Amino acid sequence: MSKQGHLWSVPRISRRAGRVWRRNFDVFCKTWKVNFFPPFVEALLYLTAIGLGIGTYVGALDGVPYINYIAPAILAITAMNSAFFECTYGSYVRMYYQKSFDAIIATPLSIEDVIAGEILWGATRGVISVTIMLPVLVAFNVVSLPFSLLAIPLAFIGGLMFAGLAMCFTAITPGIDTLNYPSFLLITPMMLFSGTFFPLSVLPVVFQDIALAFFPLTHLVVLMRMVTLPAAGPLLPVSLAWILAATAVFCIVSINLMRRRLIV
Amino acid sequence: MTAIIEADDLTKTYNDMVAVSHIRFSVNKGEIFGFLGPNGAGKTTTMRMIECVSPRTSGTLRVFGMDPDTDPAGIKQRIGVVPQETNLDPDFTCAGNLLVYARYFDIPPAEAEARVKNLLEFVALTEKRDTAIDKLSGGMKRRLILARALINNPDLLILDEPTIGLDPQARHLIWERLRLLRTQGNTILMTTHYLDEAARLCDRLVIMDHGTFLVEGAPADLVREQVGSEIVEMDNTPEVIACLTDLGVPFEAVGDQVQVATDASRELAKTLLDRCKTSRVSTRPATLEDVFLKLTGRTLRE
Repeated sequence: MSKQGHLWSVPRISRRAGRVWRRNFDVFCKTWKVNFFPPFVEALLYLTAIGLGIGTYVGALDGVPYINYIAPAILAITAMNSAFFECTYGSYVRMYYQKSFDAIIATPLSIEDVIAGEILWGATRGVISVTIMLPVLVAFNVVSLPFSLLAIPLAFIGGLMFAGLAMCFTAITPGIDTLNYPSFLLITPMMLFSGTFFPLSVLPVVFQDIALAFFPLTHLVVLMRMVTLPAAGPLLPVSLAWILAATAVFCIVSINLMRRRLIV
Repeated sequence: MTAIIEADDLTKTYNDMVAVSHIRFSVNKGEIFGFLGPNGAGKTTTMRMIECVSPRTSGTLRVFGMDPDTDPAGIKQRIGVVPQETNLDPDFTCAGNLLVYARYFDIPPAEAEARVKNLLEFVALTEKRDTAIDKLSGGMKRRLILARALINNPDLLILDEPTIGLDPQARHLIWERLRLLRTQGNTILMTTHYLDEAARLCDRLVIMDHGTFLVEGAPADLVREQVGSEIVEMDNTPEVIACLTDLGVPFEAVGDQVQVATDASRELAKTLLDRCKTSRVSTRPATLEDVFLKLTGRTLRE
């Protein structure tokens, strides 16, 4: 049906999407204590266990102390997890169990506004987590200032990408349990094999190619590492372009998939 | 009279299933208009098309003169919706639910605060202002949903089974509030399975089945036209059936009872007591329920 639009048609979104973002922000603020500590503690755990523990055996990688090598990866993983889980389990609960989307589209907001607001909020969760972690990393003296502050806008773009990707899964999942598949089959492998805790170059070439071609996290880690070391590399334009293109595709497709699911 | 809703040849199909088939109706300003029908008749689907959350398959539909396909935000700005399913936001208190909802309508914060105070009073929930949603009873939740639907001062209120599962006290409160809203000039569209509710509230109603309208009219007119003014009931025994057949009186056997619709119940009751061997004859006024069951049958749906 033409009314329903295609998977690739650019959805019309109004500024009202901001109201949905605001609703989620208000809920987040009500429980800020619960929300504030996980990223904080997570940063400490990663740095001590992997950085200091494993780092003692590894020493330096590519001339960079191991703990400094993984610090940007921790930021990228956090941005990914915050955005992805917000827009899978979080959005699914609001959509299916709380019927919040149904309640909202009875107002002047369209379903496109609602999903755009949810994705924006997912990206914001990524920004919040990275912003909480960053001072910990600075305190450990494993990231350099002022360039590391660029990790915050980077977390937003990366957050949008993973929020959009997450929303694609939320739009097609039959139930909340099946959201475990993308979590374990995509997010976990990405967390380990995206140049996070060891360089991609130690892997067989075919795995390197897969990580570069298909893993969004690879490119976010590349950019994060460039800003925290800081050291620009030849992959800069490639990774930036990859992320921007993927973000556009994921966000557009997810909104169209959601409309297909909810507007019948 | 100004028509608030005008539908012509309105049709909705889901894949191969026809939910609403070529219906035509109009709702005038200031009236309470009811949609009645068994489950799956197409009532909720019709509501959803008017609410601009489900696109129609064919036909025309205008709400406030606007087309839901092209101007959904303009229409939705002026309607209030009480859905069948309770979808209050569990992450907020009573007042929080209304305030967050007010934002979706671009109502300024100060104005929203004032409206929330009035509306909580209107639905008798002022004391529950800061109570979490999961601490409310079913009746309180329905009342809060009514308040939420009124946050934008809607010109048209759409209620999908507004009193479902409520105790008599809560139902009466909601009825009273709906009548009050009508006197203030609101137009109200509602579905219900409670036929006494429809008879009390609706100025006009339609009875739907299988996606089409069976009848349309004022409740009292429908009862008179379709059934008559009174019903005479007797025990369902072979003697009674034989006697009625002999007399040539049209009757309907329903379970352990036999019903005869009539405009002259006293005479009929006397005749039946004299002529038929029955110990019990009772008469009662005909109701919308008699119309409903006559038109849609007694077979259980879904």
